[in-house]
Amino acid sequence: MTTNAPALELRRVNKWFGAVHANKDISLSVGRGTIHGIIGENGAGKSTLMSIVYGFYQADEGEIFVNGNPCHIDNPQASIKAGIGMVHQHFMLVDTFTVLENIILGVEGGNRLAGGIRKAREELQRLEREYTLEVDVDALVGDLPVGIRQRVEILKALYRGAEILILDEPTGVLTPQEADHLFRILNTLRDQGKTVILITHKLREIMAITDTVSVMRRGEMVAHVPTRDTDREKLAELMVGRSVLLRVEKEEAKPGAELMTIEDLNFIDADGVSRLKNIGITLKAGEILGIAGVSGNGQSELLEVLGGVIPPTSGSIKYKGEELVGSSKFNARNLRKIGLGHVPEDRHKAGLILSFSANENTALGYHDLPMFNKGTTLDRAQMLSTCEAYIEKFDVRPPDATLKASGFSGGNQQKLVLAREMEQDPDVLLVGQPTRGVDIGAIEFIHKQLIHMRDQGKAILVVSVEIDEVMSLADRIAVMFDGKIVGELAAKDATEQKLGLMMAGISDQEQAAPIPDNEALV
Amino acid sequence: MSETKSKFGAPSKVPAWVNLGLIPLINLLAAFLISGIVILIVGDNPLKALEVLIYGAFGYPEAIGYTLYYTTNFIFTGLAVAIAFHCGLFNIGAEGQAFIGGLGVGIAALYFDFLPMWAVIPLAVMSGAIFGAGWAYVPAYLQAKRGSHIVITTIMFNFIAFSVMNYLLVEVMINPDAGGSPETREFAEHIWLAHAPDFTGMADSPLNFSFIFALLLSGAFYYFLWHTRWGYEIRVVGQNETAAKYAGISPSKNIILAMVISGGLAGFVAVNELLGVHHRVLMDFTGGYGFVGIAVALMGRNHPVGIFMAALLFGAIYQGGTELSFEMTSINKEMVIVIQGLIILFSGALENMFRPKIENLFKKRQSLSQTEA
Repeated sequence: MTTNAPALELRRVNKWFGAVHANKDISLSVGRGTIHGIIGENGAGKSTLMSIVYGFYQADEGEIFVNGNPCHIDNPQASIKAGIGMVHQHFMLVDTFTVLENIILGVEGGNRLAGGIRKAREELQRLEREYTLEVDVDALVGDLPVGIRQRVEILKALYRGAEILILDEPTGVLTPQEADHLFRILNTLRDQGKTVILITHKLREIMAITDTVSVMRRGEMVAHVPTRDTDREKLAELMVGRSVLLRVEKEEAKPGAELMTIEDLNFIDADGVSRLKNIGITLKAGEILGIAGVSGNGQSELLEVLGGVIPPTSGSIKYKGEELVGSSKFNARNLRKIGLGHVPEDRHKAGLILSFSANENTALGYHDLPMFNKGTTLDRAQMLSTCEAYIEKFDVRPPDATLKASGFSGGNQQKLVLAREMEQDPDVLLVGQPTRGVDIGAIEFIHKQLIHMRDQGKAILVVSVEIDEVMSLADRIAVMFDGKIVGELAAKDATEQKLGLMMAGISDQEQAAPIPDNEALV
Repeated sequence: MSETKSKFGAPSKVPAWVNLGLIPLINLLAAFLISGIVILIVGDNPLKALEVLIYGAFGYPEAIGYTLYYTTNFIFTGLAVAIAFHCGLFNIGAEGQAFIGGLGVGIAALYFDFLPMWAVIPLAVMSGAIFGAGWAYVPAYLQAKRGSHIVITTIMFNFIAFSVMNYLLVEVMINPDAGGSPETREFAEHIWLAHAPDFTGMADSPLNFSFIFALLLSGAFYYFLWHTRWGYEIRVVGQNETAAKYAGISPSKNIILAMVISGGLAGFVAVNELLGVHHRVLMDFTGGYGFVGIAVALMGRNHPVGIFMAALLFGAIYQGGTELSFEMTSINKEMVIVIQGLIILFSGALENMFRPKIENLFKKRQSLSQTEA
């Protein structure tokens, strides 16, 4: 082994999926004991590249070197053996197992568990001390918040002897505070000589934590730069291939009539847990109300109740002055007909039927409108032409209305959902996580569309766990914690720190002490 | 242009003929290969067996008639299982639904035979469908509203159906002149369905008008599922229940709808068997068609064209297999069931055994031709 060799090196890696050249001649060198960022839009090929390194896919051409040694990685086991660990965007954990059981899963070390568990416990305690991971190894994974689950994944990789740790979009599900904690852990890992590869599309993270950064665009590696020699604007330009607006440009809102008034809204779920507690908010024409909060504090339930997917337990929802609770109109199908669009938080679970073509998805929820029906027959030609119009207007790529929804990248899938809900011209639009897993270019586009809709006098509710997004998009911000609205404030008065504390359940009034103006965080 | 358009961004697409033609064919060949080995082991010539099988199924007009008659049943049960599949449900109860459908057909044919042909035949057909649908409704309701698993309840309903029919045929509807066998009196002759006309040479086979009816139903099945909003809703529920709820589509309503249609389709087996062939209600006329329907639907990928092909295949094996057990001494009825079982195993249960390898082969070829271009 050559001591100066980079921890991971790729030479001229190529990968095709059918006609799509997903990785073009990628060369990459990651120095040992560094944090290396890989940034690029969705569909730029960064996940494909990392899947090759982790052995999910095999490169069609090219070589991989680990510590200077050529490595043939054709399955994840080979990758683990080479000392590569991966923390996936969607955690691969068994909810009903404890942390310890999850970690030893697959490396139990024998047919009987007792011995393996004892050894694992000691080893884990050592690892936790070393890297300040703070995880209770006997807790059930299902009971843990996402931030901790992610640490379990990291622990799992370290336990398997990972020297190179790949994290795929690790902060997507974290609060700013949790993300900061993660970054501290990553710094510790680096200081202990581990190599960290961070895949993300968030420029802020790249700037905050990486030593070097590689930028991918359309399957190609377009730049390798030391992080200190670059800035957000330059990186964004490299990613997209043109200069982009990082902040949303918008005029002052001109709020009009109250289109939707929600009072004392409560929802108790099937397990008897109170998910919404006396929610009171109003949606006004020509205004965007943002709901900030750590995911799992009732935002999802709020969206579903307002969208007519689940009935509330009690409370009042007035739509254009008319009470919806208890009315026969109050279900998802009829709400769409009276002008309420709903972009769900999870496009895979709810927003799309992935096995259906794009044009069939265009009619989801609207399939019984006269425009899509000729008598008893579904007007498939109309579905196709409507979808083609959406694709053109929202610049969906590839522009193929007959392609299955699963064949589009995340950003393009999101555009399909947004197009469907926005182009039916609703008066009130509910949007959950408008840009989750969506690339910068598409984020800019989606934000512009939402602002444009607002300026046409529509009322918009945006729920997002991205604090930046809420701050830049919304005119008013309400923060949810534990099913309650902790507080509401005008977007211009909001700072990240203020919102962060509210997201932890501390209301504006309780934040009596003067708050240091910490713009540097943004 | 149009070709690049359809190809771009569709990485996992293999040509349709591979998916629908080549892979089922390979599965079938594998099944025949293993069957051949089994026949070899019992000391017979597999090639000769194959020849007898094919001749027995298609070799002369009457054989074709028999094959198509079996095919008719498999189309009905295949469609029945398929529509439930499209709603994400595994209907194991087509057998029982077909049997109870027989009760519906029987009641109409026995007690309303004073009506003229043009009234009583549609009545009997409808009644068969309604009884089959009713039998499927209960498990559907329990699944939709109470969460009882449809696989369990439909299996149990098969047993109940058999017991109910046994009781009715032995104690209530029995024809006292039939020498004690549990069957009803013969239907009036004007209720019998027309058999194949003489010029086809199939007049002596049990092939009857039900076959045409099955083909028409296949077309209606396609239209309903892919070209009406109700079919759309069923497919949405089957693919993604969360998305259905989000879109305001009621999963429970569609579960019940799909199962009721499924039971109705299964009930048509009774039309073929009772109005077409036996002209009375008798025990066990369902002959396992409901269960084989599961394999037919699987092999036919729940699409009416595929179901027709799979039904034809199973029809041929039923008919050819019967011939085989007559012709070749070492091959008995049980051996034919082994062959059927192997086909079900390879094209149903082991459906994905060869698929990834074949798909990879085609993906590689595609990407190679792309790089050269």
